[in-house]
Amino acid sequence: MNLNVQNLGFAHGNAPTLEGVSATFEAGKFSVILGPNGAGKSTLLACLAGLRKPNSGTAKLGDEDITAMPATKRAKRIGLLPQGAETHWAITSEALVALGRIPHARGGGASADDRRAIAAAMHATATDGFAHRPITQLSGGERARVLLARVLAGEPEWILADEPLANLDPGYQLDILDLLRQQARDGQGVVAVLHDLHHAVRFADHVVLLHQGSVFAQGTVDDVITAQNLATVYGIDALLSKDEEGATQLLIKGKMRS
Amino acid sequence: MTARFMTGVLLLLTLAAFLLSLMAGKVWIWPMSWAANNADGWIFLELRLPRALLGLCIGAVLGLSGAVLQGYLRNPLADPTVLGVSASAALGGVLAIFMGINLVPFGLFGCAMIGAVASILLLLAIGRGGGPIGFILGGMVLSTLAGALTAFVISIAPNPFAASEIINWLMGALTDRLMEDVLTALPFMAIGALMLLTTGRALDALTLGENGAKSLGVDLFRLQWLIVLGVGLSVGASVAVSGVVGFVGLIVPHLIRSFYGEQPSRILLPSALGGAILTLTADSLVRLIPGPGEMRLGIAMAVLGAPFFLLLLLRYRKGAA
Repeated sequence: MNLNVQNLGFAHGNAPTLEGVSATFEAGKFSVILGPNGAGKSTLLACLAGLRKPNSGTAKLGDEDITAMPATKRAKRIGLLPQGAETHWAITSEALVALGRIPHARGGGASADDRRAIAAAMHATATDGFAHRPITQLSGGERARVLLARVLAGEPEWILADEPLANLDPGYQLDILDLLRQQARDGQGVVAVLHDLHHAVRFADHVVLLHQGSVFAQGTVDDVITAQNLATVYGIDALLSKDEEGATQLLIKGKMRS
Repeated sequence: MTARFMTGVLLLLTLAAFLLSLMAGKVWIWPMSWAANNADGWIFLELRLPRALLGLCIGAVLGLSGAVLQGYLRNPLADPTVLGVSASAALGGVLAIFMGINLVPFGLFGCAMIGAVASILLLLAIGRGGGPIGFILGGMVLSTLAGALTAFVISIAPNPFAASEIINWLMGALTDRLMEDVLTALPFMAIGALMLLTTGRALDALTLGENGAKSLGVDLFRLQWLIVLGVGLSVGASVAVSGVVGFVGLIVPHLIRSFYGEQPSRILLPSALGGAILTLTADSLVRLIPGPGEMRLGIAMAVLGAPFFLLLLLRYRKGAA
C-alpha cells in the first residue's frame, strides 16, 4: 500500500509552507526527502504522519485519508521517529521501546504480542544488550538505535524518520541507515528526511527533492541528484560520476560562484 | 525491591500516618476512647477525624498533582506551589471572602477552583516554548502576582475582622475544619484525582516529546484539559478547605522516583500515597511541637519545601551543565 500526497498545500504560523506537493512513496523502497533548510521537508513528513493537517490537497495511505483516520488506528499503521531524538526521564531502554506499543494497548499490562514485538525490535536494532540500562546512560549511537527500536516495536506498515542521523558520528549514522534500508528490503515503507546528500546517493531507492515548498524533482537517485539540480536548489557545485561497480559517486566541490 | 512490595509498604505507612493523625496532639486519644461518650470521644469525632481525613485527601491530591504536572511539563521542578497554582487558587478564595461569595454554597470552592484553572491556562500560554525552565519562571511570575493581589485585597478589606479571617485561612492549616467542610471538598478532589489518574499512558508517551506522543495516537488536547481540570479541581478544593499547603507535590514524586524509577505512569498512585503520608505526618508533628498554640502546617511545609526546591535546582543545574 503506498503513501501519497496530491496537490498538498500547507501554511501555518512560522512553519515552512508547502504548495502543490504531489508525491508517491512505495512500500519496499527506501525513500528520502531532500531539500535545503526551510524547504518544508519536516512539514511534509508531519503531514504524512498525520501530525499536521494540510490546508489543501490530500495525504493518503492507500485509499484512506490520513488526516481523517482515528489517531490510534493511524498510529498503528504509521510510525514516526521525530526530529531531535527527544527523551525525558531516566527510564530503561526496554521501557522506552515499550512506548511503541501504546497504540496497541488495551488496558492492563503488556500482552504476549507486546512482549514479542518489543523483543523483536530490540533484537533487530541490537539494543537487547542494554535493555535494563537507563537511556540517560547510553551513548548517542545506542540511544538512536533504542529510539528506532521504539518505532519498530509498534510494527507499523510505514516508518517515517525525521533527520534520524542528526548529532551522530559517521559510524552510528551508517548503523541507522543500514537498519532503515533493511526494513525497506523486508517490504516495509520507509521515508526519511536526510541532510547529507552522500547518504541519499548511497542509500536511497527513491528521492523527493523539495525546493521552496514545492517538489523540484522526484525519482531515482540518478534522476534527481544531478549537478544542475544541486546547483539550483542548494547553490553548490557538485560532480557526479559512476565508479567501477556502477554506483553513483558524489563530490561536492564548493559553493556556486555567481 | 519490587514495585508491588513498595506499594504494600506505602499503603501500610499511609494507614499508620492516618492512625497517628487521629491519636496525636496535646491530648493523645487512644483507640479505646474513640467511641467514648466523653470529652475524648468528642475531640476524636469533631476535631481529629475531620482533620485526619483532610490530611489524607489533600496530601494525596497534592502529591498526585505534582507527579502529573512534572510528567506533563517534563520538568522535575513542577508542582502546584512552584507553578503558582496554589497562590492563584488562594487569590480566588480571598476574593470570594472579600466579596462575600463564600457565604453562597460552594462559593469559596468555586472561586478557588476558578483561580487554579485560570492560572494553569495562563501558565501554559506564557510558558510554552520557554524550555524546561520557562514554566518555572512563568509560575514564579504568577505566584508573585497572585501574592501581590492577595495582599492588596487584604489591605483594602472593609474591617479588621475580614482581614484576619482571610489571613487565618491563607496560612494553611487543617485545624478546626468541620466534617461538613471535608465532605464538601471530597467530591471535587475525588473527581480531580480520577481525571489525573487516567493520564498515565499519555504522560509516558510524552517521554518522547510532543510529536512523539502525537505520533503514538495520544490526543494532547484532551490530555491538556484533563490536567487543567484535574489539577484545578484538586488543588482548588484543597486550597479552599485548608489554605496553601505547599511543596507536597514537589517533594513526594522525587522520593517516589528513587524507588519506582522515573516512568511517569508508575509514580502516579505511589505519589498520591506518599503525599498523604507526608501531609499526615507533618500535620501530626506540628501538633506535638511544645509551646503556646501550634505551628501552621502551611508554614512548616514551606520551611521544609523551599530548601528542598533549592537542592533540586542545584542538582538539576549540575545535571544539565
